[in-house]
Amino acid sequence: MYLYPKWIRAWHIINAVMFLILIVTGLSMQYTDKENASYVVGFAIAVKWHNFAAIVLIISYILFVTGNLLTKNGRYYRIGKKDFLSDLGKQLKYYSWGMFKGEKHPFPVTEERKFNPLQKLTYVLSMYVAVPLLIISGIGLLFPEITITRFFGVSGLILTDILHITMGFFLSIFMVIHIYTCTLGAKPTSLFWGMISGYHRSE
Amino acid sequence: MKIFRFLIVSLLFLICNTYASHAGVFSFKRDNQITSDTTTFVSPFHDDNERCLKCHGQGKYEYTNETLGRQVKALMCSERIVNREDFYRSNHKSFSCTDCHSSEYVNFPHAGELRMEQKYNCIDCHGGDEKFAQYHFEEIETEYQQSTHFKLEEDGFTCWKCHNPHSYKINIRNKDNLKETISYDNAICLNCHSDFNHFQLLTDREEINIIQKHDWLPNQKAHFANVRCIECHTKINNNIPVAHLIKPKGEAVKLCNECHSKNSILMASLYKFESKAQRRDGFFNGIILNESYVIGANRNEYLNLFSLIIFIGVIGIIGIHIVFRISKNNKNY
Repeated sequence: MYLYPKWIRAWHIINAVMFLILIVTGLSMQYTDKENASYVVGFAIAVKWHNFAAIVLIISYILFVTGNLLTKNGRYYRIGKKDFLSDLGKQLKYYSWGMFKGEKHPFPVTEERKFNPLQKLTYVLSMYVAVPLLIISGIGLLFPEITITRFFGVSGLILTDILHITMGFFLSIFMVIHIYTCTLGAKPTSLFWGMISGYHRSE
Repeated sequence: MKIFRFLIVSLLFLICNTYASHAGVFSFKRDNQITSDTTTFVSPFHDDNERCLKCHGQGKYEYTNETLGRQVKALMCSERIVNREDFYRSNHKSFSCTDCHSSEYVNFPHAGELRMEQKYNCIDCHGGDEKFAQYHFEEIETEYQQSTHFKLEEDGFTCWKCHNPHSYKINIRNKDNLKETISYDNAICLNCHSDFNHFQLLTDREEINIIQKHDWLPNQKAHFANVRCIECHTKINNNIPVAHLIKPKGEAVKLCNECHSKNSILMASLYKFESKAQRRDGFFNGIILNESYVIGANRNEYLNLFSLIIFIGVIGIIGIHIVFRISKNNKNY
């Protein structure tokens, strides 16, 4: 079934590439040492590419949110109160137990339900909580002159930095898990191909 | 839609919070706020000094020209003006003018040959004195002699070019406002390096443009406001309070990693005086500091360890999951 329109695929690939650049350059900036002038990428290059990728990511994020507001894609991210926690439990149980016992997927992909409850929760937390915080804290670090100087006796820049690297870390973890769970389709590569072709192949 | 509303309100709050603080709506103290120096020092030589400062304390002076038989008003040469407030805040505030200058200056008009008097250098008073032993003035002198500035000594370079004896005060130990210290110290360098009137007194080189010379430096404005020139342009020496060996321009620090790293050189220079105290506090593991933020140098060992544990845990769980999947597939075949 056709599930991923062109704009979603375009946003997704841009987002993925920019995120990879941001992770590599971010780690390079955070952990570069004097003795090891080029930890992964040299500091000066890392700064330039980090800034460039961040600006592209912000633009792509704005387009993503706008697209979700203007198209039906936004409905996939809505979390209903009813049975959500028990549905989440079912999905977790399936991943940790059921799939090895040959049980059927509790929430198979349909045109009405692109994401299972676990996907929905992690995508909402990532895209609507972590990414905005990452962007805001990143802007604060890019323009230190606009950032709160002190907050309850602690440097505002350090707090902004901690928020930024914490969000960056959780989103990196999300990316690792996301890539792994994308191998859980009908075939290990089918969900990746789905994001390229736009068509989802059911299990 | 509730989640959208929540996020939009949160975003607005954070943005407003940031900009409101910037605009001074909140009462958070900004680092670059200048704290007034409320000196209450009263010099024992105040009255004696006033005999000099009566003329040298401001731009205009008056004297009685006995030949003309009338009061004459004249402008004091800017290099001969000593600002009273600056002087009585300076390291030499307790001095009498005639401690350093000839006592014959009390006569007016001053004798012409007095202008040729030998001026003291720092080491003349501070060298070999037990009272100043902790500052290692002899080592400072040695560093200066190896410094690129020393080459200009024949052209008139002395300690006083940087440390104006009438106004200089030790500043780096002013922990209350590091930005003020940075600004004060950089002004010393810029007094010649961005003022051609002073620069040309010591060299025949063409006027230099500091901004253009540092074009390569990313986020130049932030660097200029947050570090001193000497951080990159001197060779660090842990034995003396402030390094005095100014390196030739080709040897200045240009690698970002020198500062933006765990063992940042800033810990041995700019943050030297704060580091010892702050290391004990521990929360941010080390010195880089509640006050200051340097990308790559601000690291929290607890967060690093915590994130490493989470990362290994996630990779471990994925690994176990893969093993179960493989064993399930093997059973199916």
